[in-house]
Formats: sequence, C-alpha cells, structure tokens
Amino acid sequence: MATDLLEAGADDAVDGVAARFVAHPTTTDEVAAVVRTAASEGLTVVPRGGGTKLGWGPPPTSADVVLDLSGMDAVLDHQAGDLIVETQAGATLATVRETVGKEGQRLVVDETVPGATIGGSLATHASGPERLLVGTVRDLLIGVTMVRADGVVAKAGGRVVKNVAGYDLGKLLVGSFGTLGVITEAIFRLHPVPEARAWVTAPVADADEAHRLAHAVVHGQSVAAAVEVELDPSGRGTISALLNGRHDGVAQRSATVAATLGSAADVTAAPPAGWAAYPWGSGAVGLKLTCVLSGLRDVLAAAAEVGATVRGSAGSGVLYAALPAGDAEETSSAVARLRGTCAAHGGSVVVVEAPPDLERSLDLWGPVPALDLMHRVKDQFDPDHRLAPGRFVGGI
Amino acid sequence: MSLGIDAVTEAARRVLPDDAVVTDRARLRTYECDGLAHYRVTPALVVIPPDAEALAAVVRACHEHGVPFVARGSGTGLSGGALPHAEGVLVVTSQMREIREVRPDDQRAVVDPGVINLDVTRAATPGGYYYAPDPSSQQICSIGGNLAENSGGAHCLKYGFTTNHVLAAEFVSPQGDVVRLGTEAPDAPGYDLLGAVIGSEGTLGVVTEATLRLVRLPEEVRTILVGFQSTDQAGAATSAIIAAGIVPAAIEMMDALAIEAAEAAVACNYPDGAGAVLVIELDGPAVEVEAEYAEVERLCGEHGAFEQRLATDPADRALIWKGRKSAFAAVGRISPDYIVQDGVIPRTALPEVLTAIAEVSRSSGVRVANVFHAGDGNLHPLVLFDDSVEGAGDAAEEVSGAILDLCIEHGGSITGEHGVGMDKAKYMPRMYGEEDLDTMQLVRCAFDPGGIANPGKVFPTPRLCGEVPGRHQGPHPLQAAGLAEVF
Repeated sequence: MATDLLEAGADDAVDGVAARFVAHPTTTDEVAAVVRTAASEGLTVVPRGGGTKLGWGPPPTSADVVLDLSGMDAVLDHQAGDLIVETQAGATLATVRETVGKEGQRLVVDETVPGATIGGSLATHASGPERLLVGTVRDLLIGVTMVRADGVVAKAGGRVVKNVAGYDLGKLLVGSFGTLGVITEAIFRLHPVPEARAWVTAPVADADEAHRLAHAVVHGQSVAAAVEVELDPSGRGTISALLNGRHDGVAQRSATVAATLGSAADVTAAPPAGWAAYPWGSGAVGLKLTCVLSGLRDVLAAAAEVGATVRGSAGSGVLYAALPAGDAEETSSAVARLRGTCAAHGGSVVVVEAPPDLERSLDLWGPVPALDLMHRVKDQFDPDHRLAPGRFVGGI
Repeated sequence: MSLGIDAVTEAARRVLPDDAVVTDRARLRTYECDGLAHYRVTPALVVIPPDAEALAAVVRACHEHGVPFVARGSGTGLSGGALPHAEGVLVVTSQMREIREVRPDDQRAVVDPGVINLDVTRAATPGGYYYAPDPSSQQICSIGGNLAENSGGAHCLKYGFTTNHVLAAEFVSPQGDVVRLGTEAPDAPGYDLLGAVIGSEGTLGVVTEATLRLVRLPEEVRTILVGFQSTDQAGAATSAIIAAGIVPAAIEMMDALAIEAAEAAVACNYPDGAGAVLVIELDGPAVEVEAEYAEVERLCGEHGAFEQRLATDPADRALIWKGRKSAFAAVGRISPDYIVQDGVIPRTALPEVLTAIAEVSRSSGVRVANVFHAGDGNLHPLVLFDDSVEGAGDAAEEVSGAILDLCIEHGGSITGEHGVGMDKAKYMPRMYGEEDLDTMQLVRCAFDPGGIANPGKVFPTPRLCGEVPGRHQGPHPLQAAGLAEVF
C-alpha cells in the first residue's frame, strides 16, 4: 500500500545517511497518513521528489523515513484562461512544461537540474536565468498544500494570483529544505510562451568587462529576460542576454543588445551551451554567491582569484560557482574570502553542494540573520524536530 | 486605565520627546480610525517615535507589561488593520519618513516606514527607475503600511505586489528586539521570514526600514481608454487580450455607476453612454508596445468597443488614471455612505460573478458600483447606502457579505490587496479550514507568543499559543485499522 513503510534500500540514502524505511504515497491524504505514522513512532522524515538535489545542504542527522513523492506526479488542473496550474509536488518541471505548453503557456521556472520536480524546486528555492523578470518559484507560487509534522493537512493561498488573506505560508516553505512541512500540492501563476526568443552572446575579457556589459544591458531598455555571465578562473568568458517577445520586437531588441555587447556579439535562436545549468560537476564544491549589482565586478574577480568557475544570473545578482575540491583548509578559506566580498555587497555565500567529507568541515550556510526567530518558527511547526533534521541553517 | 499602560507611558516618556507621547483625550481621538471610518476605537496611548530605537523601546515596554500595540503608517488602510486597541498603544510611524538611499545602479532604495509610496518613485525617477507597486492611495499611503498589507495596485498585474519588491527590512519583533530580515541581494539564506511578515498586517511586528527593489522605467507607455456597451463586452475583451498572450501593465474596468461617480467628482471625460470602460496600459520596449497596441485595439473592436482613446500626452494619461484612481472617493458624490469590497475571482468567472452581483443588487435594492482590476480578477464592488436610513447599513453589509461568498464559491479570495484587518476577520473561516487557520497561527506563536501585536485582526478567534489542538497521540486510526503498517 502507498501508505506502508517499506524497508529502505541503499539507493534511499539521503546525502550519505542511510534510510530505514521508504514510503511511496500518491495523494496528500496518503502523505498525511505516513507522516502521522512516523509521528506516532517518533520517526524522522525526509521528503524526496526526483532526488536530483538531495546532496544540497548538509546531510540530515537522521532519515528514518524517506517520503518518496515521485509518484505524486499529476498535473491536477490547468486553467489556461486564468493562467494558473495546480500540480502535485512530485510532478516534474518537464511534465508541467509539456502540459501547459499545449495551451501556449509556461511556468517560468528554469530546469536547472534535469528531472527536477515542483516540490524539490520549491523546497530548495532553485532558480535559473529567467528569474530576472518574473522572479523565482517564490514569486510564482500562489497556493500550497502541506502536511505538517503532526500529519495535519493545511492549505494557504489559493487559486487566484492576487490574494492577501492570511499569512503567506508558501513563502516560509520555499527554500525550507523540507524542515517545516511536506509540500504535497502547489498552484502557480503561468505566463504566455513568447512568440520569439533570441540569445545574444559575447566574449568578455575579464570581470570588469562582464560587470560593465551586464550593467549596460540591465539598465538599458531592451527588457532582457535574462542576463547571464560565465567566467573561468582566468576571468575570461562570455555574457549572454535572452530576449523574449514578438518576432519583430525580438529582432530589433536583440540587435540593440548585440550593439551594446560589442562587435563580437552573436545572436542565436538557441541558448548557448550550459544555459540554466549549474557550473559544477560531481566532486566539485558548488557555491551560490549573491550581491547587489554594483558588486558584480568584485565578486567575479574574487571568484577568479580563488580558482572558481562562475556561471549565473549577473542581471539578478545571483551567481553560481564551481570550486575545485581542495583540502578542507583551502576550501574553507576560499569560501571565507568569497563571503567577505559578497557580504560587502549586500549578499551571501551558501555552499550548495560538496563532497561529504568537505561538507562536514565547512560552514555551509554562513552567517544567517534572525536565526533565533527561525528556530522559533521551526519549533512551532515541528516541535520534535523530526522533519529533515539538521538539513537547514543553524542546525534546524 | 490599566497599570500596564501607565508603565508603558512612563517608558515612552523616557525615550521620546513630549509631543511624541499623546495621552490627551482629544488628540487621542484623532487616531480613532484608519481609512475604514466606520470602525472607531480610541487608543489608550499614541506614540510617534522618531526612529527605530525609540520605537523598539516602546514595544519592549509593551512586551514587559503585556500591553497590546498597533502600528499605523498613514492610516489609509481599508480593512481596519490599523484600528487602535482601547487598552493599547498606537505606534505611529509618520515621523520616520526619510528616504535613506536611492541607488539606481543597484536597483534599490532604502526607506523609513513612514515614507510615502509615491515619493519613492519621485526620488527614483531621475535615475531612470521607479517603485512598481502603486496602490490607488499612493499619494498618501506609507511604505510601512504597504508592507503590512502586501499592497498591490493597478500595475501589479504585470509587476507583482509589495512582497515581490522588498528585499530586506529592519524589523522590531513583539519582544522589542531589532533584527534584520533578508539581505539587499536576493535569496538570503534561511527561512523567508520577510515573506511571512509582509502582508501579516502588523500581527508579527513592526518594520522600521525597508530595502525596496526599483524597476527600470519603460521606454514606452501607452494608456488606452476604451468604451463598451456593457461589462460583459469589456470582460470578454479582457479575456481575449490575455488569451492573445499579452500581459498589459494594467487592465482596469469601471461600470456605468462608477463612471457616473468619477465624472461627477473629477470630470475625467470618459466616453458618453458607456456601460463599461477599460483602462488598459501597455509598457515596455517601444517596438513591442506598438505591436501589442495594434492587437489590443483590434481585440477591443472585435468585442464591441465603440470608442478607443489613446492618451497622447502625459496630461491625457493622467486624466484617464485620475478617473480610475479617484473612483472610491468619487462614489461619495453619488451616495452618502459606501462599503468598498476587495474580493478576488478567477478572471474567467468575471461575467458570471458580475451577473450574480447585479442580481444581488437588484433583489436587495442596494446599489453596487463596480470598479476593478479586471486583469487579475480583483473586484472592488462599492456597495452604496445611506446610513441615515434605518436598516440601510445592515442591508449593505449583507450585500457585501454575499459578494464575498460569491468570490469564495468561485475559488477566489476575500481580499486581493486591502487586507483582512478587523473588517473581514469573520470571513476567514469561510475561505480557510480550521487546520489552515491553525497552521497560520503557528507563525503567530513563533513571532508573538504573548499575542500583543495588533490582536484581534486577521484571525477571528486565535487560540492561545501553547495550546496544541488536534495533535495526534498514539497510533494513527489508519494504522490501528490496519490500513497502514510499520514494517
């Protein structure tokens, strides 16, 4: 039965932590039943969607029950006229894209890791290039159904884009790594698929040039849907802008952006290699660097100095970096160096992913303001600390 | 007056100048209501702190003595969210109104909570930027109030609400602690507490400084006023525009009664004899706006538009918007009293719901003028009545409630941007189940276990923190029944 706790296999381990049981619920009520069972037995619970980002964040301190939501993969309702979609948490971004695409619509959430699900994208607050204009899942989520640690099912928000009735629990759940509740269903705002798209890509010689060109596009009036930068440790690389719109409009606007980016700029109908993908491979240390836009130059330069390859949303001030895995001391000092630079520009550095031995020795989240309030929220939602324990900031 | 309030008054006098501590009855009464004037409560004490430190000191005193406090910005809210507490302190942020930084290069502005919404845009415009959320009251409403209510406005159809435009805040918790929420850069690590605070209507604490996102001024803006015979036609045109893949900056609708009121108040010169008008604004790169304009013009024509007027200069554009933005106040010209509703419905339910509202109005004999954000289905029915007529207020209240029920029945919301406040707390259980409200209460208990931050608002009957209703003990019924097993 879908609510049974089955014996877990080696594949069910979460970031190196062996699971005891696994359950495969297919509805919110079944998730609630499993979570209630776990509650009554005092078992810890770690939700899993596509399993594509289980290595993100610190490993849990315990994973008695892996709640596999990949069977909750239904797109429940697509109201094209209202530009909304309701899905189960285990639905993949690809499935949602296919479903709403039939009506010329899209959920503007980049698939940064192939196979990512709605629930996983919400829980990790993953985002890609197109966050520049429409924001992230945080901004597109309008309704959510969750199962609390005590197995109670609760909803917040609703099926309309505009709604300020009650607390916005969706905001708390986004990026909470499964530590406040299990997201089982979600409702999103959709956008129309643009008639035309074009990418403009140009080489950049160093961090300074990347900074200047990113600013020129962002502060210009072509309304780029994404402004991405990619730099290797030498500081050389490319800058790319995405233009969405009508055929004529995109042709004209991409020509304007190409002129801004210089004579070597190239306009293509397909994305450049690596678009929307994180720059790190397995075994490397993956970092998320944020800053206000005036800090781009310094952050890009600092990343090059520590030998990192950067790819990310320069126009949004959200960059990803791949740091070659060194020893604990080297890595830790590189992260500290970057933290200093990002903090000076209003941002932060999070170690997204790292080999297990390094993960244990690094401060993954860095300084987190208002941590005391966060602990209080956690204690209210999950007083026994059974949901994804240890996966979040401050040991939450 | 309780001992607690005396102690808080004394504490306030220690940190505030004399004229910032109001205890005089006559002066207290000037704060007895916000923009929803039919609820009135005189606060026990009003404080007008000049800075976050003084504000936090007063909140700390409230916490020590268990005295409730209510934060108030400009007092323009339309749900009674800033209605004072009779035994509590009203914390007014109107003296905290400095725009601290405007940094177009970073697309950020840092402002005090008492700063007026429109002043942010005024300060950012020379740098080519503006602050997108634009509630109709933007000439007087404060940023602090906007955060409390998660304010929207006509342009949130394309640009989102306050919550999409605030990156960080300095925040005074109900214990009087000053903490930073979020960072100036996006995606601060940790729970998105700021996302929970925005729209919490002052029930989680008080924001004393906000870092806002600024948006690039568009290359081209076109504002079009379109006259239709009926709201059905205007609604169909709206749906056709959205279906064509156009996301206008705004699509606003007014019906005949609302037009009549606006004409009487501001002589906005809307098309004669229109049963409905749409105000449509397109913005963005000139080349895209031009193409969208041609399409919008065609679609409106196909759906029965008898007059389409493109604003040709800023004065024209301002006049079109003046008719729309003054609509609430304008209704005062045709009715002595009115209730503004703020329900939301899925856009596709618009024709059906408008017909049902007309039916409610007809059968009750209560006139309803309709002004709304058609693009996102946010209705602002204005329920007209004369309070000097016995029973008229009750009848209007009943119609108002019936309209909210229609919104809920159609899968919508009881409030799109005005907030729940005092006014709609009683409707919350119609929209959310007990478990949903109970879960929201967990957030309240995390921030404000003593329940002193704006008590009595948003939630009808909050449980006390520490009570744990319905927490399951022992084996689950499914397990007991053999439907679920632990292997």
